[in-house]
Amino acid sequence: MLTANEILEWDTEGTPAPAKPLLVVEGLVKHFPIRSGLFGRATAHVRAVDGLTFAVNHGETLGIVGESGCGKSTAARLMMQLIAPDRGTIQLNGHDVGGPELSVKTYRSQVQMVFQDSYASLNPRLTIEGSIAFGPTVHGLPHDEAIARARSLLDRVGLEPKRFAGRYPHELSGGQRQRINIARALALQPKLLILDEAVSALDKSVEAQVLNLLLDLKDEFDLTYIFISHDLEVVRFMSDRVMVMYLGRIAEIGATEALYGASEHPYTRALLGSMLSMDPDRRTMKAPLTGDPPNPINPPPGCRFHTRCASATGLCRAIEPKLMSCGPDHETACHMADPASGYIAVELRP
Amino acid sequence: MAVTSLDTASIAEPVLRSPSYSATVWRRFRRDKVAMIAGMVVLALILMAVFAPWIVPDDPYKGMSLRRLKPVGTPGFILGTDELGRDMLSRLIMGARLSLFMGVTPVFIALFIGGVIGIVAGYAGGWLNTILMRTIDVFFAFPSVLLAIALSGALGAGIANGLISLTIVFVPPIARIAESVTTGIRARDFIEAARASGANAITIIRQHVLGNVLGPIFVYAMSLIAVSMILASGLSFLGLGVKPPEPEWGLMLNTLRTALYTQPLLCALPGLMIFITSIAFNMLTDGLRSAMDLKA
Amino acid sequence: MLIYLLKRLIYTIPIVFGVAIVCFILVHIAPGSPLDSVLPPDASSELKSQLMTLYGFDRSYTEQFFRWVWRALHGDLGTSVASSRPVTAEVFKAVGNTLMLASVATIIGFVLGSFFGFIAGIFRDTWIDKVASAISVIGVSVPHYWLGMVLVIIFSATLGWLPPTGAGPGGSADWAWDWAHMKFMVLPAITMSVIPMGIIARTVRALVAEIMAQEFIAGLKAKGMTGLGIFRHVVKNAAPTALAVMGIQLGYLLGGSILIETVFAWPGTGFLLNSAIFQRDLPLLQGTILVLALFFVALNLAVDLMQTALDPRVERR
Repeated sequence: MLTANEILEWDTEGTPAPAKPLLVVEGLVKHFPIRSGLFGRATAHVRAVDGLTFAVNHGETLGIVGESGCGKSTAARLMMQLIAPDRGTIQLNGHDVGGPELSVKTYRSQVQMVFQDSYASLNPRLTIEGSIAFGPTVHGLPHDEAIARARSLLDRVGLEPKRFAGRYPHELSGGQRQRINIARALALQPKLLILDEAVSALDKSVEAQVLNLLLDLKDEFDLTYIFISHDLEVVRFMSDRVMVMYLGRIAEIGATEALYGASEHPYTRALLGSMLSMDPDRRTMKAPLTGDPPNPINPPPGCRFHTRCASATGLCRAIEPKLMSCGPDHETACHMADPASGYIAVELRP
Repeated sequence: MAVTSLDTASIAEPVLRSPSYSATVWRRFRRDKVAMIAGMVVLALILMAVFAPWIVPDDPYKGMSLRRLKPVGTPGFILGTDELGRDMLSRLIMGARLSLFMGVTPVFIALFIGGVIGIVAGYAGGWLNTILMRTIDVFFAFPSVLLAIALSGALGAGIANGLISLTIVFVPPIARIAESVTTGIRARDFIEAARASGANAITIIRQHVLGNVLGPIFVYAMSLIAVSMILASGLSFLGLGVKPPEPEWGLMLNTLRTALYTQPLLCALPGLMIFITSIAFNMLTDGLRSAMDLKA
Repeated sequence: MLIYLLKRLIYTIPIVFGVAIVCFILVHIAPGSPLDSVLPPDASSELKSQLMTLYGFDRSYTEQFFRWVWRALHGDLGTSVASSRPVTAEVFKAVGNTLMLASVATIIGFVLGSFFGFIAGIFRDTWIDKVASAISVIGVSVPHYWLGMVLVIIFSATLGWLPPTGAGPGGSADWAWDWAHMKFMVLPAITMSVIPMGIIARTVRALVAEIMAQEFIAGLKAKGMTGLGIFRHVVKNAAPTALAVMGIQLGYLLGGSILIETVFAWPGTGFLLNSAIFQRDLPLLQGTILVLALFFVALNLAVDLMQTALDPRVERR
């Protein structure tokens, strides 16, 4: 069993190899059964995550966007090993999680998560420093050192230890609590931080502060981020690469500017088009995306997006497009972008 | 990553400490006059029970037929004498021992047993939860009085058997509450965060679950004490439970029934003690519950 | 809804089976032979074994259990060892008496309890609330068998208005709903109603206070709705839970009536249970407990279904 340090040994000079994938997810599938009927049999499945394959490179921020119900949070929990996948593998720096070389516990000291609900994420009966110090003590750090580390981290996230260490979560504001959650996540000295809608519940001004804090921390501690959000502006600000999810699958993934500037998937374009514009000369007049996303219990055949896509054709309704490269560091799952798919832009809806 | 941004001296500095949850509850409780009075009554009763052998004016076991059923206010026997000529005041004071003991002990034992079952079932979930809780449900099919009496009737009279039957009666409701509260806590994000830190189930239960769960369970158990006392005395009243000549309020009610028409006031005294104790415990529990409900 | 009903009924079967097992075990963990009370200690072993065979006590426990269950399914709960009468008849006669008493007591408790709880909840934190809440705490705290005795002291021994014991001038055999008979019911019913009254008052108070605090009441007032309209709304929202609690209380009274019935010598199931315990009459004890428990299970089921039907927020699948 390798230790955390051994897993993350880079080459002998101590400098990390450029763009080496830190986390690799392959074929992740998670279906939740719906039980009903006389004997509680699973009559249907919610296909929350239906075949996810992507990589996160060392030192980057990967943004994940999508509407409610697209599977982002489930994916986050799968990556944190809080729920077990039905199929698929996760590898950290080339080692299978839960395999012979990398135990789940060691993995957990390397990958941490910040949740959306800042209040529910903290034990109301523990002091702030107690909450932060818990993780390190689980991994063997003596209590005094854990408290010392907790106080140091509090200072680092901008909360004066003298004033905050001995307090309780209900006495603090949402922004302060989220800083504490970040400090708690960092207490285990992880390499990868998953931020699941971490700033979504905060006021805008507070959100800005926390985002800037995250950027500072990333540089200082050489972290890698997975940033999940439904707020497209924020994701653009924070991310190096962005992944767009739809109904449990990847619609498009690539460098931020490639996606935001020249996206190759109608869903991405619709999402971007629905962002409200601050420019009075370019008002958003019409909602480009109509209807609710179809049910993850019975995804439509063929391309999952075809029911809401203005460019959908018979091909789209029949065959599901695969994720394919459409540029340097840019992949998309759409027939239109694939010259070999046989897509003909004939039946356009008004 | 090095812990150097703060030097060790300032880390060791005293830190502003907010009052803990228990301190806050105590402070709120102290402000509730009714609850404080109830608490003092309970304390007085407990002290009376503990020091009974030393504070009784007369021997509670010594009876003389000559002076049986003397009314309240007889000089020398302020509260009269019972049907065997024993001093009522002494019997009442001494009776506090057994009555309180039979009332409180089953609840505490059930708190432990039911608490463990409920917390384990609540945290584990899945098939373990189902098995445990369905078994508990079978006991819920019996109204508690019926179960207590049936068990006592089957096992026979006596203090030990009474304790056993009452404990069995109280384990299911406590287990249910414990399971319900634990399941609620289990679903909260901070438990997920604790799991994400790599802690195992025992550590999480110890550090995160217990602190949040013991409060409500304890308050619920306390609310059962009054019921337990009435039930325990009821068992003695029926002839199960405590056997004569031990002084116990319920038993005394039973043996004094024959004097219902001749010395009514005398008859009512033991029941009055049960009533006072029961009200005091109930108000104490109500006050505690209010104090623990931080949102109110 | 139908599926849920079916599901619930099916889940009840293992519970009923469990109840039967517990009943059987309860009764047979008692020390001593089941015939101790009937036989004189110097009875010949021949007589003993004859009687044991007659009653079936000489067979293995498992066999006894299944024979008992089988007969019970056919309505035969065995024969009482003490009185030699069939258990089923005795139990159901007693159940009738207890049901009468318990129903009246529950209704009284529900009416009074709802009243006190309602005014306490509406006039929350005023003196009305404190008085009403005090009454409900007293109701819950009082040892009812003692209260029974006190009421007997006051109304029978001292004032002589009401009879102290019994169920009617001719026993319970000829019951009629006239004053001559009902005066026997007054004291026991009132005594029995006190605990349910306390519990229902508490529950209703909490319900009403919670409903009044909800925003939709403010919305209704803003629309101009006055007292009576709001009253109807509150009642509609509180009714399912309050009725459910009442149903459960009826169940508890049915099962737990033994203490009151002992004080008032009311010939119900509690009284029967009492004599069965002291005479160590195993078949009677077993039969009585089983019937009472089954009533309780049936009542719980009825309450559960009623709640599902009445309260649209309760989701059952």
